[in-house]
Amino acid sequence: MSLEEELQSNVSVASSSPTSNCISRNNTSGGLKEHNYLGLSDCSSVGSSTLSGLAEDDKATISLKATELTLGLPGSQSPVRDTDLNLLSPVKLDEKPFFPLLPTKDEICSSSQKNIGSGNKRGFSDTMDQFAEAKSSVYTEKNWMFPEAAATQSVTKKDMPQNIPKGQSSTTNNSSSPPAAKAQIVGWPPVRSYRKNTLATTCKNSDEVDGRPGSGALFVKVSMDGAPYLRKVDLRSYTNYGELSSALEKMFTTFTLGQCGSNGGTGKDILSETKLKDLLNGKDYVLTYEDKDGDWMLVGDVPWEMFIDVCKKLKIMKGCDAIGLAAAPRAMEKSKMRA
Amino acid sequence: MNLRLPSKVLEHIISFIDSNEDRNSVSLVCKSWFETERKTRKRVFVGNCYAITPAAVARRFPEMRSLTLKGKPHFADYNLVPDGWGGYAWPWIEAMAKKSPSLEEIRLKRMVVTDECLELIAASFKDFKVLVLTSCEGFSTDGIAAIAATCRNLRVLELRECIVEDLGGDWLSYFPETSTSLVSLDFSCLDSEVKLSDLERLVSRSPDLKSLKLNPAVTVDGLESLLRRAPQLTELGTGSFSAELKPEAFSKLSEAFTNCKQLKCLSGLWDVLPEYLPALYSVCPGLTSLNLSYATVRMPDLVELLRRCSKLQKLWVMDLIEDKGLETVASCCKELRELRVFPSVPDLDATNVALTEQGLVFVSQGCPKLESVLYFCVQFTNAALITIARNRPNIKCFRLCVIEPFAPDYKTNEPLDKGFKAIAERCKYLQRLSVSGLLTDKAFKYIAKHAKKVRMLSVAFAGDSDLMLHHLLSGCESLKKLEIRDCPFGDTALLENASKLETMRSLWLSSCFVSFGACKLLSQKMPRLNVEVIDEHPPETRPESSPVERIYIYRTVAGPRLDMPEFVWTIHKNPEIGVSHLAIK
Repeated sequence: MSLEEELQSNVSVASSSPTSNCISRNNTSGGLKEHNYLGLSDCSSVGSSTLSGLAEDDKATISLKATELTLGLPGSQSPVRDTDLNLLSPVKLDEKPFFPLLPTKDEICSSSQKNIGSGNKRGFSDTMDQFAEAKSSVYTEKNWMFPEAAATQSVTKKDMPQNIPKGQSSTTNNSSSPPAAKAQIVGWPPVRSYRKNTLATTCKNSDEVDGRPGSGALFVKVSMDGAPYLRKVDLRSYTNYGELSSALEKMFTTFTLGQCGSNGGTGKDILSETKLKDLLNGKDYVLTYEDKDGDWMLVGDVPWEMFIDVCKKLKIMKGCDAIGLAAAPRAMEKSKMRA
Repeated sequence: MNLRLPSKVLEHIISFIDSNEDRNSVSLVCKSWFETERKTRKRVFVGNCYAITPAAVARRFPEMRSLTLKGKPHFADYNLVPDGWGGYAWPWIEAMAKKSPSLEEIRLKRMVVTDECLELIAASFKDFKVLVLTSCEGFSTDGIAAIAATCRNLRVLELRECIVEDLGGDWLSYFPETSTSLVSLDFSCLDSEVKLSDLERLVSRSPDLKSLKLNPAVTVDGLESLLRRAPQLTELGTGSFSAELKPEAFSKLSEAFTNCKQLKCLSGLWDVLPEYLPALYSVCPGLTSLNLSYATVRMPDLVELLRRCSKLQKLWVMDLIEDKGLETVASCCKELRELRVFPSVPDLDATNVALTEQGLVFVSQGCPKLESVLYFCVQFTNAALITIARNRPNIKCFRLCVIEPFAPDYKTNEPLDKGFKAIAERCKYLQRLSVSGLLTDKAFKYIAKHAKKVRMLSVAFAGDSDLMLHHLLSGCESLKKLEIRDCPFGDTALLENASKLETMRSLWLSSCFVSFGACKLLSQKMPRLNVEVIDEHPPETRPESSPVERIYIYRTVAGPRLDMPEFVWTIHKNPEIGVSHLAIK
């Protein structure tokens, strides 16, 4: 049974019940259930039984269920992703986690480029949500709490060739080296494909060639393993690693660079070797950056001023993946060379 | 006593009414007004080609001279509607060819137009004058050639952002030497080079030519030669300006522009090299419309151009203009009514461009007539939105695209609810609104309550629950078109507010949680709606509770359409599927 079928489900869950029974049992104003972001409702009628039923379905096969016409509320007998519903851990229900990620040992999904909107022909595979593709693997790995919405779009096979889509400017496509979770969403941002195509053919690498605007903001992309969206931060709006760390922490709730600020903030910019090791061993995630040479280094190795000068991208990696990265000596080497 | 105007008098009075909305109201007064109105309506607009049959339109409006049709839903522009969905022009052209042979003008948007259509147009309408195709596809340059060759009184031929099978530039040579009626020609979306000499001759023998939009294959020299022959142009779309600048060519070009004293609209400028811009300086003071949205020109050069455009009313530009450039616009372009800022890198990897919310704030402060905004930006703040709303309550169209989905106010980390609340509350004439960024259900409560005049609303990646849709469908009194993608609501709000849908032109939902069962139920309850489920996997093979990928719902008096592809399901396709099993009161 294909992954896409599995994911393509009915996670309408309790929230999409059309029965007014359910509605009447709720006491939210306006007679409609208020659901939290994840689509869970307080509706007791559907509540526990549905959810537990769903939670139990692990790799539910769709084939049987597909042929059933079921009575009753949506989601009650649907195959389901073994995902978000399980993730409805007590912790997060009230919060709105923007990028709520739970530590996981599962793989990073490497998204592949896909021809979006190139040329005239748009079959379903073209209109599929690549973003969903990125997320779908994430879903099965219980890593993502996100509107199930995109996953309902069809998902194609993972090994799409790394085409640079005609419709995309080639300037900012990731070089393939680090497996950044850069996913593109079909039809987003909402720019006509005519425009995208025209820009792709006419636009040179002006952005990268000209470099960054001098005194303005210094945006760098921040990606996080398993996160389908990138964020951007303006490095110039922070003055030290501590500020950056706490800002990122807010963005990516479970992220920890950790010790920098909270650790008896001495104001030192350079993390000691031992602290790095603590990070790697103790926490699940570390912050890394790609420097001007294209190397991936651990953040914290060099003085802040130098860091914002060389940092091109940030990436929150899993600790285990970061072990091979620039340990302090190498980073110091580099910084010496630059100084 | 029966007071009735003689029908001739009534006819005369009604003939002064141009607005179709007003005419629609007139036609509802009573039967005789209906009859009089329909016999005098010359310009017919059909916002959804599936809402009514071509035959019905032809029957109702026997004096029709101009027909405007729209086909695919708006989100088709962003690749959300698969090929083959529909929107075929053929049935309309075929019907009109038989029943309205006096038709003179056809304007189509987002429709599939074939060469056969174009040939039929050319052959059937003896006095055909105007053909405007916007975002259409399915035809080749052969079809255009047929129009050029046959329509003796052709005045307007415009291909706007169409996808055309380009078989070469010969089509232009099909304009007969006797054709002298051209007023507007737009072939900017074609790739192939046309013979310059053909174009020169065409332009020379068209004294009424006011609008000329060239394709990128036309060179600087070509442009200069054409401008010399048509100094009366009011609208110009340049060819490409990316060839290396030669001094003599430059001065000739400058002179040609200087002689175009009536030029009001300028566009094209693909990839224009900054060195060419000074050639345009002479026309800047007279420009009311400037489209730089394909010009990869950067800041200092942009500003030099813009600060000379004191009469500018419409500006389309890329984010390369940066906040600084918009500050200049705010101080120099006091007549500005419409601003569109497009992303130079139109994907999620928006680059390090110094365009922030501040740019739009500047313009809202400095340009008192600003009423239409389309703004792509990486992130935004509530404070900026509130300021913009305070500055410009006269805004009628506000489309903000925060490129990063779910991006909160980046200064406070709050949702953008408050900001959009301010927009909805203060901009009382708001007719079109697109929201983005992190939004909770509350935002939609505000919009529903305050945005009384909003007719078209676009929503993406927003809201928490069915409440959001419930707010919109139970509020928003003037809502006609609603399009939503990737929002987490299910069936409830849609089914509870089903009756609203008959007051709207259309509703588009994609990547939400509406189930197949709900679609069936809606179809059963509301026979005057077409509820189309667009889904790669036939929904009838899945449980009723499974959410469908895309739904397009529109009111119609034409009944089910007969040209549905496999991936579109309506209840009419498989009536044996039967009644929905979902219980509903």
